Amino acid sequence: MNAIEVENLRKEFKSYSSRSGLVGAFRDLFTRNYKIIRAVNDISFTVKQGEMVGYIGENGAGKSTTIKMLTGILTPTSGKVIVNGMNPHKEREAFVRTIGVVFGQRSQLWWDIAVQESFRLLKKVYRVSDKDYNEHMNHVIETLDIGPLLDKPVRKLSLGQRMRCELAAALIHNPPLLFLDEPTIGLDVLVKLKIRQFLKEINGKYNTTILLTTHDISDIEALCERVIMLDEGKIIYDGSLQKLKETWGEGKQIQFTFVSEMSLDTLKELTDGLQVTWKQGEQANVWTAHAPSALLPEVISRVVNRYSIQDLNINEISTEEIIRNIYEEGVVHG
Amino acid sequence: MDKYLEMIRIRFLMMLAYRTNYYTGILIYAINIAAYYFLWSAIYGGKQTMQGMSMEQMTTYVAISWMARAFYFNNIDREIAMEIREGNVATELIRPYSYLGMKTMQGLGEGIFRLLFLSLPGLLLVALFLPLRFPTDAHTWIFFILSIALSFVINSELNLLAGIVTFFTLNNEGLLRAKRFVIDLFSGLILPISFYPDWAQAVMKYFPFQGISYIPSMIVTESFQGQAIIDGLLFQFVWCALLIIPIRLLWRAAKKRLVVQGG
Repeated sequence: MNAIEVENLRKEFKSYSSRSGLVGAFRDLFTRNYKIIRAVNDISFTVKQGEMVGYIGENGAGKSTTIKMLTGILTPTSGKVIVNGMNPHKEREAFVRTIGVVFGQRSQLWWDIAVQESFRLLKKVYRVSDKDYNEHMNHVIETLDIGPLLDKPVRKLSLGQRMRCELAAALIHNPPLLFLDEPTIGLDVLVKLKIRQFLKEINGKYNTTILLTTHDISDIEALCERVIMLDEGKIIYDGSLQKLKETWGEGKQIQFTFVSEMSLDTLKELTDGLQVTWKQGEQANVWTAHAPSALLPEVISRVVNRYSIQDLNINEISTEEIIRNIYEEGVVHG
Repeated sequence: MDKYLEMIRIRFLMMLAYRTNYYTGILIYAINIAAYYFLWSAIYGGKQTMQGMSMEQMTTYVAISWMARAFYFNNIDREIAMEIREGNVATELIRPYSYLGMKTMQGLGEGIFRLLFLSLPGLLLVALFLPLRFPTDAHTWIFFILSIALSFVINSELNLLAGIVTFFTLNNEGLLRAKRFVIDLFSGLILPISFYPDWAQAVMKYFPFQGISYIPSMIVTESFQGQAIIDGLLFQFVWCALLIIPIRLLWRAAKKRLVVQGG
């Protein structure tokens, strides 16, 4: 069964630009310059029940807009959205019972009152029976370690504490589909690890589908087998993270710290005939060579034979770097 | 229904979360009632009645108007506006309840809280110093309770309307301020409608405002008798029903227009 089916989904916003100066401001009172901005541009994808999908993209790529359409908050301009077998916007009240949402940047708990009061209200709102609640939530509360926080008002919690409570709140009705919009933003490593561990666990236990947007690639690496990459409202990659790494992350990076400054031309001349690209590091004497693994010994020997170096590092290409490369080039080949 | 009752409880908790607000609230209501009492004593001078109301009736009218205001008044228009401006309306729309229904319940929670814990103590405080005369007839009280319930509905509906407009303008601080002033003035809170010139009274028949404060206050001071009470309640009831139409239409349009600010 597909948890999410999206076909040619599009969202356009009308935005107006202000004219400059005082005269312009007066003119804006009467007529405004409108511009149509296409935030999401004809995207299509499906997500199967139980999948954990990373939905990534730069700021303003259209991630949050997509999530808002999938959760029924925004109406699509055109296209088809079926989530959990329903049209999110048309059957909003029935639909939202089947999803859980965490917006990392907004709180859905009531600010001035104790966390447990918010939980109690949500329990009533989702009509969760006492038995289900105790069985499920006691476990959630224990795993996320929020028991001692329950009687504190939300405004007195730290960000990490609040986030764990938000996550628990989104799971009160044990939804089969969970949307997480930047859930680890601003959190320290320990809290991040705890949250990831927990997400894996509920995915394993209840076969919960999770759609995750994040800027932290390590979240994706830890959780998602599949990534959907968005750029300027269009999907530029949809497939396994592994494959993305294989096609884009081939080879190794060798960072040389030379004793004296180097120029690109001399280095190019040095590795002439080899499939190597050079990039300058932060200083004029630091250069990184990107080469297929097989050429590693050759490149190193050529460099150290000619020039004296202070330091040498060999690195795998990180996912973050792969993604940066993809954005710089714009499209994904293969 | 459970969830709506729970929401009223939550609103009680929220009102209790800030104790200073609570105590100053009582004081503000007492001061308002006292100020209007002195104003009206000056206006009456030595006169027995004005527009068919005695000084005693007027004092009671003022006290009751403010007490009723504590109940029907709420800030849900401002809250809706703020939730839209800050984008928090998004988290409300992912809940399986009616957003407007839940807002109205929050308003009701706030109203009941104010009535019981702000304006009743305030009224008792004022009753120590001012000559208030409350009706002894049980029927009057029943009609009054019915009437302020309808006041609450009308005022909340107007607040919802003003709040929903924010979906289109994104910032309507000015409109909300104007609405508040119009309601205080034309609802009969500051001046009973019978004191307005005839043409103004005629115009106001076509607006819902007197259903908010004037009608319940006139009922409880027994200035309305017999048919006038029934007419008043009918007037309120018709407006309650009529205002649902623009709310429905605007809300449907607003959901389509919704732009979630920030992120």
